[in-house]
Amino acid sequence: MKPEELKYNASHEWVGLDSDGLAVIGITDFALEQLTDLVYMALPEVGAQVTAGEEFGEVESVKAVSPLYSPVSGEVVEVHSELVESLEKLGDDPFGNGWIIKVKLADGASLDGLLDHDSYRKQCSDA
Amino acid sequence: MELQSTPLSAWHIANQGRMVDFAGYQMPVQYSSIVQEHTATRTTAGLFDISHMGRLRFEGNRAHELLDHLLTRRVTDMQPGQVRYSLMCNEEGGVLDDVLISNLESPSGRPYFLLVVNASNRPKILKWLAPHLADYPDIAFTDVTDATAMISIQGPSSLSIIQRLFEPSSANLRYYHSVVTDQMSKPCVLSRTGYTGEDGFELIVRAEDAERVWENLLLAGREAQIQPVGLGARDTLRLEAGMPLYGHELAEDIDPFTAGLGFAVNLKDRSFVGSQSLQAIKSNPRETSRVGLRLTGRRAAREGAKLLDRDNRVVGSVSSGSFSPTLQIPIAMAFVRRELAAVGNTLDVDIRGSRSNAEIVKLPFYQRENA
Repeated sequence: MKPEELKYNASHEWVGLDSDGLAVIGITDFALEQLTDLVYMALPEVGAQVTAGEEFGEVESVKAVSPLYSPVSGEVVEVHSELVESLEKLGDDPFGNGWIIKVKLADGASLDGLLDHDSYRKQCSDA
Repeated sequence: MELQSTPLSAWHIANQGRMVDFAGYQMPVQYSSIVQEHTATRTTAGLFDISHMGRLRFEGNRAHELLDHLLTRRVTDMQPGQVRYSLMCNEEGGVLDDVLISNLESPSGRPYFLLVVNASNRPKILKWLAPHLADYPDIAFTDVTDATAMISIQGPSSLSIIQRLFEPSSANLRYYHSVVTDQMSKPCVLSRTGYTGEDGFELIVRAEDAERVWENLLLAGREAQIQPVGLGARDTLRLEAGMPLYGHELAEDIDPFTAGLGFAVNLKDRSFVGSQSLQAIKSNPRETSRVGLRLTGRRAAREGAKLLDRDNRVVGSVSSGSFSPTLQIPIAMAFVRRELAAVGNTLDVDIRGSRSNAEIVKLPFYQRENA
């Protein structure tokens, strides 16, 4: 997906709608640069409910554990479980093959209120 | 409170050091990646700014007497050039700090002692020393921390790098020995010591010489692919080497025997601050002791993670833990009830609500060859 067309959490998760209308969620290149040395990722099961702003998993580096916050509410319909075995894939293509979960949006849920690309980049450069 | 910088802070910032607050100092946690810096130290050489450590100088005929009274290991029998790892305890036998004490001689031939303390403990130790120093007005005491910098070079290539920069008489230092020398006419205290489990050296130089000496070490180590190393890898290296870190494995409510540091307490024919309590604790140990743990899976048990026995009773807690870059498994140090602390025992560890299996193993986790 094109980073310019995605929406963002301030906590560095991205989300975009695919051709089936599913919300695809991942973490940004900026977050991965900050994390380095990833060793583990905990992901939800297919069928789990996620809520905007709440934790849906965690990623662990040598140094620390970071929660992953869902940018949207809905039901997990696909989990990129191969990532757990090859976390380097995340860094190789964070906005493409580094996707983490796909979510069927709950009724009334949307991507409104999330940061657009420019605001997100601005936040990163201010940090 | 404003963060203190070290004489090398500007270099770290100019060279992609990611700066964090550590014990009131602005220090680099990493430059490239923790794993890369860790691996460089294990395979070639790593260069560390450890200027945040406190450096205290004692000079006078009775300096050894005072230090002998304050440290858990004997000072009075230390030979010139010798370095000792020791502890400072309070009257109750709780650990105030773990330290290195060196018996040195200045270029003009005056003997003195240098005490290296943890950055986080320096204010406390200065306060602790004050009344004792008042009893010894003839001792010239100087806190030389701010006037100097401290640099550590660690790893299998560190000896050959030091040999390029120092006179052979200095570079031939034995392990846990120290010498007052110079690096291209810049005064330097050179010690064969470290906190990584590798061969290595620690250098104390004048603050104004710090950048030059640092650059000289990087240049001399270029062929060996020396890398600057931040506090992140310093922590994973010392953890693999089974070395305690104050605030984790050591604290005022932990005694040396519980911490597994009985070797650093010499009670024979001497009396020092805390010795009576330590004698009592030694003959009647407290209920927990420090152990090493190897975990299954990939998730690390971090500080505070609880250890549980088969009946789900909390029997201990993790003091330090990380994924081990060398062993490629999660490792941890923990305090566990003594009756369960035998090597080979297995326990459960609660990692944020889910369980992993932990086996008690012998420390250190990592030991270099020929050590």
